[in-house]
Amino acid sequence: MTVTLTIAQAGPALTIQDMGRPGWRAQGLTKGGAADPVAVYEGAALLGQSPDLAAIEMTGTGGTFTADADIRIALTGATMAASIDGDAIVWNASHMLPAGAKLTIGGTTGGTYGYLHVGGGIASDTLLGARASHLSAGLGQPLAAGDALLLGADKSRETGLQLPRDSRFDGGTVRVVASMQTDHFTAEERQRFETTAFTRDPRANRMGVRMDHDGTGFSAEGGLTILSEVIVPGDIQITGDGAPFVLMGECQTTGGYPRIGTVIPRDLPRVAQAASGTAIQFEFITLEDAITLETQHRRDIKALGGQITPLIRDPAKIRNLLAYQLVGGAISATDNPFEEEH
Amino acid sequence: MTDFPLIQTVGLSGVLVRFADTMSEPANRAALSFRAAVDAADWPEVTETSTSLVSTFLQIDLVAVSVGTMLDRLQDLLATRDWYTSDLPTGRTLWHVPTVYGTDLAPQLEEAAELAGLDPDAAIAQLSQARVRVLTIGFAPGQPYMGELPQNWDIPRQQGLTKSVPAGALIVAIRQLIIFTNASPTGWRHIGQTAFKTFRPRSDTPFALSPGDELCFPSISRAEYDKITAADETGQGGAETEVLA
Repeated sequence: MTVTLTIAQAGPALTIQDMGRPGWRAQGLTKGGAADPVAVYEGAALLGQSPDLAAIEMTGTGGTFTADADIRIALTGATMAASIDGDAIVWNASHMLPAGAKLTIGGTTGGTYGYLHVGGGIASDTLLGARASHLSAGLGQPLAAGDALLLGADKSRETGLQLPRDSRFDGGTVRVVASMQTDHFTAEERQRFETTAFTRDPRANRMGVRMDHDGTGFSAEGGLTILSEVIVPGDIQITGDGAPFVLMGECQTTGGYPRIGTVIPRDLPRVAQAASGTAIQFEFITLEDAITLETQHRRDIKALGGQITPLIRDPAKIRNLLAYQLVGGAISATDNPFEEEH
Repeated sequence: MTDFPLIQTVGLSGVLVRFADTMSEPANRAALSFRAAVDAADWPEVTETSTSLVSTFLQIDLVAVSVGTMLDRLQDLLATRDWYTSDLPTGRTLWHVPTVYGTDLAPQLEEAAELAGLDPDAAIAQLSQARVRVLTIGFAPGQPYMGELPQNWDIPRQQGLTKSVPAGALIVAIRQLIIFTNASPTGWRHIGQTAFKTFRPRSDTPFALSPGDELCFPSISRAEYDKITAADETGQGGAETEVLA
């Protein structure tokens, strides 16, 4: 039986995302994919499924969703106020969404991109090998009220699991390695870049995030425009007004503005998730240190499953308390029956 | 002075081999040829390759792959020949893309012709006989930067931006032509209009052009253009192709 998730109400920037569409850089198409890949790994860990399955990325605010069968969901990324039929549910956790029940996801309370994952993933048609919308390339479109999304087959029934909240929503230090044009900037200019307190500008999207600061803009020696050169996600380009722009997964494949450095991959979600006005500073590190940090990060992602804990629920707040079989399995005086309630 | 070719790391995403710091035909030729040689070497560490105007990019996971080993291999490959005079890759395609020059479809032909020191008819004659190469693809999916046109087309970008030129527009500046993938603002001048779609996401060949392909833009009338657009469902826009030996 096919299961459908219907969008009753959609925020302005909901798209289907996965890990993106690699392999087309030479043809002018960047990989794109989820702005916060860590959130995709977290959703996959919570649902015990592949991180390659597609989810719904919600920028700033969510929407209202119903399914025509009981489905498992997980909510990750920027914390948003969420409820099922009016009862609040925990973020960064997996839940059962009963058939016909209304899942409401409101605005973010920290961060920018929230994710709604479903058991089995969103089974939309693939285009050039992926499901990710890449709006600047004309692939896919924002989700809208009335859209009915087919879901893949879910192999599990387990819900009621949670992951600890990560600090990547809170801004802070973002580590950078030198890039091919870093030496177009004087040592003084690079040092000023490291000691400047930036805030994330409201002008930000899946293509890039502009950084605000007090004082004069940054500039490269020998002028603004260089020969157009390959862009990789995390490149920090200095545009005409001297403001740094951190380029994200959906940017163009090449660009002609000088780049002062490249944000290391593990810190890029920190840039993506910083809400408007969040404080950010940049720190240059060596390639060797960056490799060590990334290696550790990849180990941490693989070990996400080990961080999962059961949701602890207050019995007074459980809906339909009487529907749960609270005593049937009570053969031990010490076991907690609520551990089994999912 | 910098010695080219120059090898640099690009974040943790790969390695860039730069053949110059300004656009030139030999440096573009070197970038295209070197990319083809890297593709032929089929190193498992290289997950993707691309070129910009005068450089070749190799996507390599520098977290997992020793950069030193890759740099040695690239130096060895670079030393095998003079890339600036090497033959272009084989199997490239020559495209003939029918183009309406001027008219209300492409309103900046006269202005561009004047900057190139030609009257409009002479400009159309020169442009429709020119054969250009896809120097690089970028900015938008499948969007080609083509060159180089004769020296008199070394005309600057205009000061202001044109708010929007349509998909299929043929635009010119700095001895280069672009066919626009999507409607977009631009500082280049809109001199011709084609019905050629550079990006066809639902087709078996989603990207029509490859770096190194060559193109001509034969002049057609408005009536011929209307006939092509009325009948075309493929995005080919009446273009014909031949394989370059």
